Amino acid sequence: MSRLALRGLVKAFGSTKVVDGVDLTLEEGEFVSLLGPSGCGKTTTLRMIAGFVPPSEGTIEMNGQIMSSPGSVVPPERRQMSMIFQSYAIWPNMTVAENVSFGLTLRKLPSDEVRRRVGEMLEIVQLGHLAKRYPAELSGGQQQRVALARALVNRPLLLLLDEPLSALDANLRKQMQSELKALQRELGITFLFVTHDQEEAMALSDRIALLRNGALEQVASPREIYAHPATAYTARFIGQTNLLRGEIRDRIAKCSAVEWPVDGPSGPVIFSLRPEAIRLASGGATVPGTVRFRATLQQQFFSGATELLEVNCGGQLLRVRISAHGPLAGEHDFIFSIADAIRVQE
Amino acid sequence: MYSRAYKTLVSLPPLLWVGLFLVLPYAMMFAHSFWAVRDGILVHQWNLHNYVTLFSKPVYVEVLWRTMRIAAAVTFCSLLLGYPLAYYLSFHAGARKELLYQLVIVPLWVSYLVRGYAWKTILGSEGVLNGFLQYVHFTHEPVAFFLYSPFAVVLVLTHIYTPFVFLPLYAALEHIPRPLVEASEDLGAGSAQTFLRVILPLSIPGLLAGATFAFVLSLGDFLAPLLVGGASGIMIANVVQSLFGAAYDWPLGAAISVCILLITISLLFLSERLEKRWSSK
Repeated sequence: MSRLALRGLVKAFGSTKVVDGVDLTLEEGEFVSLLGPSGCGKTTTLRMIAGFVPPSEGTIEMNGQIMSSPGSVVPPERRQMSMIFQSYAIWPNMTVAENVSFGLTLRKLPSDEVRRRVGEMLEIVQLGHLAKRYPAELSGGQQQRVALARALVNRPLLLLLDEPLSALDANLRKQMQSELKALQRELGITFLFVTHDQEEAMALSDRIALLRNGALEQVASPREIYAHPATAYTARFIGQTNLLRGEIRDRIAKCSAVEWPVDGPSGPVIFSLRPEAIRLASGGATVPGTVRFRATLQQQFFSGATELLEVNCGGQLLRVRISAHGPLAGEHDFIFSIADAIRVQE
Repeated sequence: MYSRAYKTLVSLPPLLWVGLFLVLPYAMMFAHSFWAVRDGILVHQWNLHNYVTLFSKPVYVEVLWRTMRIAAAVTFCSLLLGYPLAYYLSFHAGARKELLYQLVIVPLWVSYLVRGYAWKTILGSEGVLNGFLQYVHFTHEPVAFFLYSPFAVVLVLTHIYTPFVFLPLYAALEHIPRPLVEASEDLGAGSAQTFLRVILPLSIPGLLAGATFAFVLSLGDFLAPLLVGGASGIMIANVVQSLFGAAYDWPLGAAISVCILLITISLLFLSERLEKRWSSK
């Protein structure tokens, strides 16, 4: 039995379907990211799961019990889940400790137990010394931790996170990412993390669910989705890639000036070729299983350990990522291995 | 950077305005309150007699006290009406929000006097309300206390000042970020708990502002008691008006005005302090 199951979930506002038939299951202790550009329906999906928005079609089940269906919605306060809001949403009129104890006092727990659990949770998120402060006196990262503590102290079975790190600056974001991941491992709570930042999703998740126009494009582990994107959209959204459009004829794929043998019927085709799959060729001979081509260097971007080249191969612009090499110019030979050219759908 | 001349030029009109229409009249009022009237002539002789009269004659203290009670009742009633209205509009009105908001605002365009007279025709012994009550045999004699009573004054002032309470309250409620409310529901609070623990505390500044409006405006009101108050509904502003008019005792009128001004200023000060303390949390 999975912790959370979305079955045929649809949300329509008027005639536009913001969420269009999402099927997704989360196992206990899993960290899943709902990834997509703004307007793809990821926040609406999350708000349906939290119980703020009723679905138009489909069901949301938790531990096998139906939480939401078009006819009936268990209200947010009676779901064993918690949400972390993009804006943190911690109450400015309460101290840190009051914010965190909110859920526990509602459940009428004895006050010494409330105090103990709040104290423990504040230690976990390293805010023990700030318990009596008001939110306005805290930094963004500290407010974020208050929001986490406030949700986690109730021991939810599922934590929903709506772009919780997007308001933080880059350094703090990296730090909070690692804290989040550690916290999730330590507590073993299922996380559903909404983000538009593919790097963040890759770094944190056990699985990524990529949304496109309200429907799931692909659901897979970060390594799988990166190595084997199913569609051109996925390949472009997750990391950088080169999309080679061409044609297969007589078991030969031909994309502009490059061609190589493939298995498959004739017809138009798209390949995704990651920039780091292309290397500068050394030596004169072509190794079996690789494709060698000549291209003219157009731009070179140095970024420390690696550099990105933009090369022109018979009119097709290709990005190539190589380890730091030094200034390059003119024509060069490049190779890639045929196995790295992944066939994708439109 | 702006030149010194430019800055002076720009600040001159507001300074002139405040000086001519605020500082000067208040100074004159203040001075008058320490002068006297002898044989129907105003004499510029400094004395404290007016203040002694004010606090030794029970009639003035009584009217002042009644005025405060009426203002407090108006404040209470308009909060009782204005808060649920503002809460409903802000949180539950959905698509009807704009329309309902306009419906609250539109009556403010109707002249105060017209609204006062309208109440006269409703509350009078030949009025709509008494006619109806007799028609349904609720009573056989017209109910007298509807009109020309403190009750009528409270009723009319509540009608007139409820929008003034509603507006700051509505603004305060609209400024509460919705995730703060959703977070409360998410953590297990029902709507009553969410209201008491999140919405109400966060709307306190608006509530204080609205209450101050209603109290201060009622305290200085002069038309409602004149129209519907009768003898038992006289308020302090009516006393001031008669002292400046028929009774021709400007100094005493000025002394009462100074008292009202002091009450008003201390109320504004108190409300601002409370508001600051609340929002600095």
